[in-house]
Amino acid sequence: MTRPEPVFEAPWHAQLFALTVHLNEAGRFDWPDWAARFSATLAEHGLARELNGGDDYFAAWLETLEALLAEKGWAEATAVAEMRDAWEAAYLRTPHGDPVTLDG
Amino acid sequence: MRVRALETILTEKGLIDPAALDEIIDTYENRIGPRNGAHVVARAWSDPAFRTALLEDATAVVSELGYYGRQGEHMVAVENTDAVHNMVVCTLCSCYPWPLLGIPPGWYKSDAYRARAVREPRKVLADFGVTLPETTAVRVWDSTAEVRYLVIPQRPAGTEGMDEAALMDLVTRDSMIGTGLALNP
Repeated sequence: MTRPEPVFEAPWHAQLFALTVHLNEAGRFDWPDWAARFSATLAEHGLARELNGGDDYFAAWLETLEALLAEKGWAEATAVAEMRDAWEAAYLRTPHGDPVTLDG
Repeated sequence: MRVRALETILTEKGLIDPAALDEIIDTYENRIGPRNGAHVVARAWSDPAFRTALLEDATAVVSELGYYGRQGEHMVAVENTDAVHNMVVCTLCSCYPWPLLGIPPGWYKSDAYRARAVREPRKVLADFGVTLPETTAVRVWDSTAEVRYLVIPQRPAGTEGMDEAALMDLVTRDSMIGTGLALNP
């Protein structure tokens, strides 16, 4: 057998995949519901351009998960945006090689 | 960082366990992959009773081997013969038999494959270097969140007497999606 390609092309693909699978396994939503929502996002994105199954695929995945979590009231869009900014600031102020943490 | 933000918020609310995420990533990166599916196929080639049971109720049979779906999906095994070649796609998203094949390759998730597999399966097969006799019908199975398919490729000639472990090496990921054939020994 030829050597397999990497399972996930980027670390954030893996994180996102794991987060979604974990939420499903914890019973937060069922998989057919997830698949239906994800299919709808993919179809929408696919209208604008041809998706290559890499980053754009997981971008659609992320958009679907964000919308689902906001709808359930678990992660509101504004809270996510604030947290994202907090992480970005943390990455920018952390010296290279040090672990990145939110409390700086 | 958007994923990171979601993780932080959900962890703070006690909705997720960050250690579980690492465990899931480790499982899919290191422990689950096409070798699982190859194991099932090699056994089906070697053991007629197993093959019959697999074709009747794949979910039960592969669960017994420890390959069960984390999403509670139903597994169906479809067997290639001289008369029929089976090929799997998910036209809506990218449903795939994770426990048996791991995470799908990029092309499986691409619009091009998802759209063309149904419309022009023979051309797609040709792109993968597979040309079938005109007398072989091509059947395309559309996976869903509830049903995932595993193709049992045809056992190559000249493999009589090979044991399960040796046979496993002939079973490629693509041969179990139906976009390839099992390797010749």
